[in-house]
Amino acid sequence: VSLLVIDPGHLTLVQDAGRPGLGVQGVGAAGAFDRTAMRQLHALLGDPPEAAVLEVLAGGLKLRAEADHRLAVTGGIGPVHVDGEHVEHGRAFVARAGQEVLVGPVGLGLRAYVGVAGGLEVDPVLGSRSADTMSGLGPPRVAAGDVLEVGPPAHPAEVEDVPALLTSGVTTVSAIPGPRDDWFTDDAVRAFFSAQWTVSARSDRIGVRLEGPSLERRVTDELPSEPCVRGSVQVVSAGTPVVLGPDHPVTGGYPVIVVVLDDHVDRLAQVRPGETVRFTRQPSP
Amino acid sequence: MKVLPCGDRAVLIDCASLDEAQGWFAALHDEADAVLGARTVLLRGEPSDLRALVDRSEPGDITAAEAGDEIEIPVTYDGPDLADVASHTGLSEDEIVAAHTGTPWTVAFGGFAPGFAYLVGGDERLAVPRRESPRTSVPAGSVGLAGEFSGVYPRSSPGGWQLIGRTDAVMFDVDRDPPALLAPSAQVRFVETRSGQAP
Repeated sequence: VSLLVIDPGHLTLVQDAGRPGLGVQGVGAAGAFDRTAMRQLHALLGDPPEAAVLEVLAGGLKLRAEADHRLAVTGGIGPVHVDGEHVEHGRAFVARAGQEVLVGPVGLGLRAYVGVAGGLEVDPVLGSRSADTMSGLGPPRVAAGDVLEVGPPAHPAEVEDVPALLTSGVTTVSAIPGPRDDWFTDDAVRAFFSAQWTVSARSDRIGVRLEGPSLERRVTDELPSEPCVRGSVQVVSAGTPVVLGPDHPVTGGYPVIVVVLDDHVDRLAQVRPGETVRFTRQPSP
Repeated sequence: MKVLPCGDRAVLIDCASLDEAQGWFAALHDEADAVLGARTVLLRGEPSDLRALVDRSEPGDITAAEAGDEIEIPVTYDGPDLADVASHTGLSEDEIVAAHTGTPWTVAFGGFAPGFAYLVGGDERLAVPRRESPRTSVPAGSVGLAGEFSGVYPRSSPGGWQLIGRTDAVMFDVDRDPPALLAPSAQVRFVETRSGQAP
């Protein structure tokens, strides 16, 4: 009961719900970037919330089922084939022992999620199977020849199909000003919310880097290191905000102008370099 | 002290000093998922609940209850930046070692990497700027200085601190509970050895 990796594609990582609550140890939460897509997989396959899945950046993953397995693909959309036969995105399918599963190039969104009923049983580290690309904790990136053990299927599927939550064009997320919006001029905060930001190719799971207007600081002091969260928008230099992703360091030394709503961070996992992001202002709760 | 917004799943307590932040961390870390910064404490959860929690709480006493164990870290003082630190501070290399080992340090906060701790409270003469250009790779166990802080790199990583020595102490081990050797408020005493191993 396992999946053999024939080709990992560009970058494939094992991810799960992460390791929250260890910030004091200097350990970040990590976990799936698009948690919504992972939850969809769990529902399609009857897996519990902690089940581990594959996060496939841009596609190109090829697996061989070593036994009969039920799988599904959610998140970023591209062609999915079992031994050359097309199967549907967002719907569970069966790969018989010896059959090859190809997750082709992702054309809409950026990260495809591949789950298998029973979840992936790689060794957990500090309670999680998530690969943290910043700290190096968790399993290494998936490589050709890896044998990924699969656990016993837990429950019947909760749903038969799930919608693809992706749209082409501008991605809009809501964000709450602060904690350090007052380190920026009023014009800078206004510009942040009115600009169309372009996603940089230098984006990864640590942070989604944005290119756009210069954001002028009112306070130019060095910020004493402070804890940040997934979705914190650090302004590392005048024109470069970075939305922190799942593998962000626990503390940072740059002022955070706004924090993206936690649920909305998932959408940023699916924005491709060169695409556009806008932020809408949400009042502080 | 002010409670600042930090998205829809956290708040940030902003304090005037590290001492005040440590007091709030001591008071609240059993009640909420809390992370300490240099002047701040992050609390995760529903913001309105967290604001109510802060309203009905007082900062704890960090001098008594929270002063942790004293941990000895053996160091071989042969770092590549000893000469630069000497020219910044006006101390001889022997005086740098005496100053670094002579005063106990306190763990302020972590966060740069798993197991990394910013240490404060050492000899004030050791305050030096970061290196002008950071190293792309600092070996694990390197003992450094930057600003008012000292620290030990838990694993090989890029870094801009002035390196004065090295230790074999294991700063982070996922098979240990807790994995990080140094917890907030622990006391650290550096001890000079020739080999970097425990005497």
